[in-house]
Amino acid sequence: MNRIKPDAQLALRLYVQRLGDNALITGQRMIERVAGEPELEAELANANFALDYLGQARMYYSYAAELEGAGRNEDDFAYARNDREFQNFLLVEQPNGHFGDAVVRQVLFDSFYLLQLEALLECSDQRLAEIAARAAKEIRYHLQHVSKWLIRLGDGTSESNARVSESLARYWRFAGEFFAGDEVDDKFRAAFNGPDLSALAVTWQSNIDALLAVATLTVPADIEHPVSGGRAGLHSEHFGFLLAEMQHLTRSYPGATW
Amino acid sequence: MYTQGLDQQGKPEQEKQRRPAESEAELRAFQRRCDAEEKIEAKDWMPEAYRRTLVRQISQHAHSEIIGMQPEGNWLTRAPSLKRKVILLAKVQDEAGHGLYLYSAAETLGVSRDKMVDDLLSGKAKYSSIFNYATLTWADIGAIGWLVDGAAIMNQVPLCRCSYGPYARAMVRVCKEESFHQRQGFDIMHVLCSGSEAQKAMAQDALNRWWWPSLMMFGPSDKDSEHSAQSMAWKIKRFSNDELRQKFVDATVPQAEFLGLRVPDDDLHFNEATGHYEFGDIDWQEFYDVLAGNGPCNRERLAKRQKAHDDGAWVREAARAYAAKHAVQEAA
Ligand SMILES: [Fe+2]
Ligand SMILES: [Fe+2]
Repeated sequence: MNRIKPDAQLALRLYVQRLGDNALITGQRMIERVAGEPELEAELANANFALDYLGQARMYYSYAAELEGAGRNEDDFAYARNDREFQNFLLVEQPNGHFGDAVVRQVLFDSFYLLQLEALLECSDQRLAEIAARAAKEIRYHLQHVSKWLIRLGDGTSESNARVSESLARYWRFAGEFFAGDEVDDKFRAAFNGPDLSALAVTWQSNIDALLAVATLTVPADIEHPVSGGRAGLHSEHFGFLLAEMQHLTRSYPGATW
Repeated sequence: MYTQGLDQQGKPEQEKQRRPAESEAELRAFQRRCDAEEKIEAKDWMPEAYRRTLVRQISQHAHSEIIGMQPEGNWLTRAPSLKRKVILLAKVQDEAGHGLYLYSAAETLGVSRDKMVDDLLSGKAKYSSIFNYATLTWADIGAIGWLVDGAAIMNQVPLCRCSYGPYARAMVRVCKEESFHQRQGFDIMHVLCSGSEAQKAMAQDALNRWWWPSLMMFGPSDKDSEHSAQSMAWKIKRFSNDELRQKFVDATVPQAEFLGLRVPDDDLHFNEATGHYEFGDIDWQEFYDVLAGNGPCNRERLAKRQKAHDDGAWVREAARAYAAKHAVQEAA
């Protein structure tokens, strides 16, 4: 798919669909955590945020389906595609570890996602700009919430600091993928005034540097071997299991309505 | 959800610890307030046994909400459409919220949330027996909403008039959400029953497995729960376990008929003279076995709660350390 230069309409549809993929897979990993959080307040926050991501996924997929005009709906995007057709970042599909892992992953991703959404407010596709405005409000709040947790954990006990430092070291190499655009990003930027990824990278880095300083955490060294593949549908081995679990019921009863 | 009529078994040795300061005059004055349907508030004088009964009932109710997140949470990742996934997640989140208000209501009676959680984890505190059954298919999510939230509503609507103000007010909020859950559960069943033969069979199988445990949610039969008289006198309880169970059966059997499902009870029939459904004998041995910790999932439910608690210890400790550090800095 990526060898074919997308035209403007296809670039728009794929761009929206990818936003949906990131949101759905983030939400799916979050709901795996339900009933396992460190305290009841964290349980409520996790469910609340997962609801936001899943709600966003539905908006993106519905819009992508409309743009495509082939009679598919949101559930066809979530339940009837294979792993190679999902184009989320590899970071969001990584298996859940401990609470600190979830916090670090969310800080890294939300810091990018919020910048992406804010840039999309300026894009020339009206519908996408509207969806982005709604999503940005939610993500701004999530980022505040998880940033506070990162600060508490970084500047909490020596154990918590060691744990999140380790999470940060493990997830850091996945962040490069946020800024490695492909033909879809290029075409979307050219045709619809989409985000300038290199500008986003600079802002992201300085925001993260500032947050890590408050959290008394060390910024990891530059990534020598960044991970990529999500945009080409080349996932980690974990992804097939996530998809198998999510889709098993609908695939077991083809054509059923629920 | 979900209170269950388990709360009346006051231990005799506890009953003996009645505060010596409770005079007959005070007890009579308190009873007059209950009889006059006045709300008792946290700071008001109350008999120690009243306080203890409420702590037991409200904390057990809170624990049920929290443990109840597990059987339904079991299907979150597999819900068969995005809409169903979101509805189920919102429900599970509501249950966590119910747990939170109920713990807060119990805290007004002078018991800490930490103590209540410890009692749950040690097995000292009970939670509703229903959550020790497994959710094996998607239809179980429908059956839980329809039957379990349905039974919870029967139990809890009268609690909105409970004499203890903080509990009554928490119940008003909770009941609104439970009725929403009940309708959503019924809708899942309705869609399954209007679907393929396989889907209908899934729905019937869920009803077969959840029907009797749902009837057990109302607690032991009246003849075996002699202590509820005191809760009735204090206006904590308004209807007996058997009355509530009967209301539930009367409301639910026609719904099963509407769905085209068969209630798994050969003795079930409508009595024209009384206007009530009569139903077969409940297997009380099963009920007491589940309560004693020997249901299909008791061990798993508590183990999961214990694991979450243990895994979160370093996080809670970090949050406390951070707060303490910064409180000192701000004070300086
Ligand atoms: Fe509830
Ligand atoms: Fe409920």
